[in-house]
Amino acid sequence: MALEPSVAKSDSRASGSVLSLKPASSIEVPENTILTTINSVVNWCRKYSLWPMPFATACCGIELMAVGASRHDIARFGAEVMRFSPRQCDLMIVAGRVTMKMMPVLQRIWLQMPEPKWCISMGACASTGGVFDTYAVVQGVDRFIPIDVYIPGCPPRPEQILRALMDMQDKIQKGGAIQGTALPELMTNEARRVQIESSPSPALARERGDEDRYGYRIPGGPGQVGDRESH
Amino acid sequence: MRADDPCLKQMKPPELSLADRFFLPQIAVGLGVTARHIAGVMFRNKAITVQYPDEKHVPSPVYRGVHRLNRDEKGRVKCVACMLCATACPAHCIDIVGATAPETWPDREKYPESFVIDELRCIYCGMCEEACPVEAIELTGLYDLTGLSREQMIFDKAKLLSVFDATSNQEPMKYGKPPERALGSPTTELAPG
Repeated sequence: MALEPSVAKSDSRASGSVLSLKPASSIEVPENTILTTINSVVNWCRKYSLWPMPFATACCGIELMAVGASRHDIARFGAEVMRFSPRQCDLMIVAGRVTMKMMPVLQRIWLQMPEPKWCISMGACASTGGVFDTYAVVQGVDRFIPIDVYIPGCPPRPEQILRALMDMQDKIQKGGAIQGTALPELMTNEARRVQIESSPSPALARERGDEDRYGYRIPGGPGQVGDRESH
Repeated sequence: MRADDPCLKQMKPPELSLADRFFLPQIAVGLGVTARHIAGVMFRNKAITVQYPDEKHVPSPVYRGVHRLNRDEKGRVKCVACMLCATACPAHCIDIVGATAPETWPDREKYPESFVIDELRCIYCGMCEEACPVEAIELTGLYDLTGLSREQMIFDKAKLLSVFDATSNQEPMKYGKPPERALGSPTTELAPG
């Protein structure tokens, strides 16, 4: 799945085998040459040019604006380009409480953002629901979209947002890859998904013969699936 | 209130001078203000940006940041598991499991077997600190807390006590004496015991 992690190394290995016919370990690098991997260069570029998408629904949004102002100045971290179109952004900052009614909008905006993308959940409401433990408020947006960094606080201080941005930069530098966010946990998730898909699916209630147990009945009633629709 | 009430003060917009009415000179005046600020930043070191990771804002002594669980002079946790903080908490983020105190602790009946605060759900209102009868829970001046997962942000008793160990020797939450700058209000006695 991942590219050859060290392109520069593989280049030198190829040129070594062609030009000098020596093994890769004894390639002589000219002076003042910096060797790196493409992934780390790409990550370095990405982490210092995050374009945030401010999904600000409440008071945390005001604090998010304060981070953009001159006192705290998010431009020092290269993330000052707040774009209000998800197509142009790679860092979503969910700031404020998200209601169940707003959730499809949030998911849609998240899906509209191009890969690679990251997400910061800012404040108590976005992270866990905060004081709004009601049926109408989503108890943590991480139940619906993947979150990379959580910021506690109600609302958080601007410094916390800058700290979260630095955490985000560390995470991008550590885990990014040129194809996307090939984080180790994503690889684990992928392996798990393949394992789940390849394993036999659990039998339906009807196949187990316990359709009527506990009063449960498959929608559409007994009979072939699609039976009723054909009449 | 009537329109000619003597308590009402009638305000009139200032008269515009000729230069004001032309606007163009005022544009130059505005640009002058901008230039003055630019010059102040460039030559007189008057930039107001706080270079956060390098220079850190020192919060006031009453700032409400990350919680800590205080220890008494014997190093035991001061909490007596009375559940007042958990009751006062508007976000219901405190979870305490009380247990009968050991025989060697004659000064109390209960102690917290587990004391868990969900720092992500907490809104840092400080009501737990106000409710606590033994001054066991306090909010420190640590303000730059972030987490990479929700589990990481659930602080248990050991973590909260370690926050106390980390902050008990430094301002603004120095333990054992009231803060120096106490904003004019009577300071709480923080004497241990």
